[in-house]
Amino acid sequence: MKKYFHSVTLDEEKCRGCTNCIKKCPTEAIRVRKSKARIIEERCIDCGECLRVCPYHAKKAITDDFAKLNAYKYKIALPAPSFYGQFKTDYSRSDILAALLQIGFDEVYEVARGAEIVTEATKKLFQREKLKKPVISSACPAVVRLIQVRFPSLIDNLLKLESPMEVAAAISRKKAAETQNLADSDIGVFFISPCAAKVTSVKAPYGKVKSHVDGVLSMQDVYLKVVAVLEKGMGAETLEQAGYAGIRWASSGGEGLALGTEQFLAVDGIQNVLTILEEIENGQLEDVEFVEALACYGGCLGGPLTVQNAFVAKTRLKKHIDKAKNKDIAITIPRHDELMWTLDIEHRPVMKLDDDLDKAMKKLEALEEIYEKLPGLDCGSCGAPSCRALAEDIVREIANETDCIFLLREKVRALAMEMMELEAKMPPVLDKGQTNGKGENRARREGNDGG
Amino acid sequence: MSKSIQLHFELPGNDLALAGEASSKVKKTLNQLGLKPAVVKKTAVAMYEAEINAIIHAGGGTLAATIDQEKVVVVVRDQGPGIADLELAMQEGYSTAPEKIREMGFGAGMGLPNMKRHADLLEIESAVGQGTVVTIIVYL
Repeated sequence: MKKYFHSVTLDEEKCRGCTNCIKKCPTEAIRVRKSKARIIEERCIDCGECLRVCPYHAKKAITDDFAKLNAYKYKIALPAPSFYGQFKTDYSRSDILAALLQIGFDEVYEVARGAEIVTEATKKLFQREKLKKPVISSACPAVVRLIQVRFPSLIDNLLKLESPMEVAAAISRKKAAETQNLADSDIGVFFISPCAAKVTSVKAPYGKVKSHVDGVLSMQDVYLKVVAVLEKGMGAETLEQAGYAGIRWASSGGEGLALGTEQFLAVDGIQNVLTILEEIENGQLEDVEFVEALACYGGCLGGPLTVQNAFVAKTRLKKHIDKAKNKDIAITIPRHDELMWTLDIEHRPVMKLDDDLDKAMKKLEALEEIYEKLPGLDCGSCGAPSCRALAEDIVREIANETDCIFLLREKVRALAMEMMELEAKMPPVLDKGQTNGKGENRARREGNDGG
Repeated sequence: MSKSIQLHFELPGNDLALAGEASSKVKKTLNQLGLKPAVVKKTAVAMYEAEINAIIHAGGGTLAATIDQEKVVVVVRDQGPGIADLELAMQEGYSTAPEKIREMGFGAGMGLPNMKRHADLLEIESAVGQGTVVTIIVYL
């Protein structure tokens, strides 16, 4: 299998080998080995749950360094809609965008604008084609990956359109090449990201061969630079291009509301998403037209790389939304086939026990047998998230039964008992208790008398 | 003799908190066995429907799933009221569910037709006052 890139990694020095992260992972992708949390690469969907839960901040997202801007003549910033929610409401959207131009970018293009284009393209797609219902948004890359590994039967329900980030990147890149008369390689497009999953979707894209984005910067990193210049005051230049519908994508429900369909469902938080995907797989939500599923609580505003917590950010974002509502923004849509995915996305059957059905069945039987023996406490001391996961690891030959401290203790106890028994036994020539040939034991008789 | 996998679950009557759990576990097993997504989906829809029916309408029962090299067989058995007119019950929109159940989003009369649409083979044996046995077969 081709090596699979993903953004979430471990800081070895900070990790103490506790079991917080293994318990939270929705794809059971983490095991603790030799006091360090190991990520099973092909299972990780970059949802960022472990980043949030780690008490030692040992999990981090690989993002690009700001210095990467230097590699390009013309630098374009693509702020995610959630970016606006990070700042005090004293600053207008134009202030924030202007600040980006001051910290080293030559141009800004709002991803919120890309979101509006995606919304229009989605509406057209709904009118033009018979889509499998409910259509599941592909805006959250963690959810797309989750479907790839855990809900392969829902791959056909995914909205096969480019993400707002990709649309924004493609448009701004093309425009810069034309207006600035630049070669494509001179243009550097940087997404300012609230999450790790977006990094992965750029480095290892799905539905397409190569991303239009050159680098992904952590929202936290960019925030610090922007705040420093914002405080100095901004000019009056108007840089806002996106309308309220695009900005609203930052919150859970924003994409659905923009579509204008009554039959949409918005779900956020990876555990809730799991529940809804189960229901869709069971055929329970066929009356719903569109499902917006976001891995983070509160939507992208709750992303692991944001600065403000999702609740504060939501209040702040609302100000920007209300302000934008007064503006009427005309949207020009690229031809909708330009936004379609060019590649099909594959099922990644990481849960499969074996390629051969017969062998898989044997392993499954063994798994059940082992599971029966385990205590069912799901304590995590073996380094696996649950007893069932340990049983699975044992049949996959990456763990042993004695990794379970309870089974190990039982074995030690059995061994100790056997040692005690053996200790009591004496070779006949040395056994002083042995008096006659009938094998009667004096010690025992005396003991009985005394009792 | 080729191998097969057997799973067995008790379905508690009227306990909606547990409704769908058996289906969910069978589905997980199908994925671990590496069965095609289409097979998993077909089985999931038909099986979930049958499981919910047994829990809501029949006071519970059992769900048994058998997977071999050729097919998935799910048998849901209950000792509930039984189905009086099977032909009528197979019609879309026909329902005998009380208002309380309908308010919860169940009992719209799509259950049996939906099961039939997704199963490769559906067999229902029912006797009034004795119970119902639903057999769902999906070929690999």
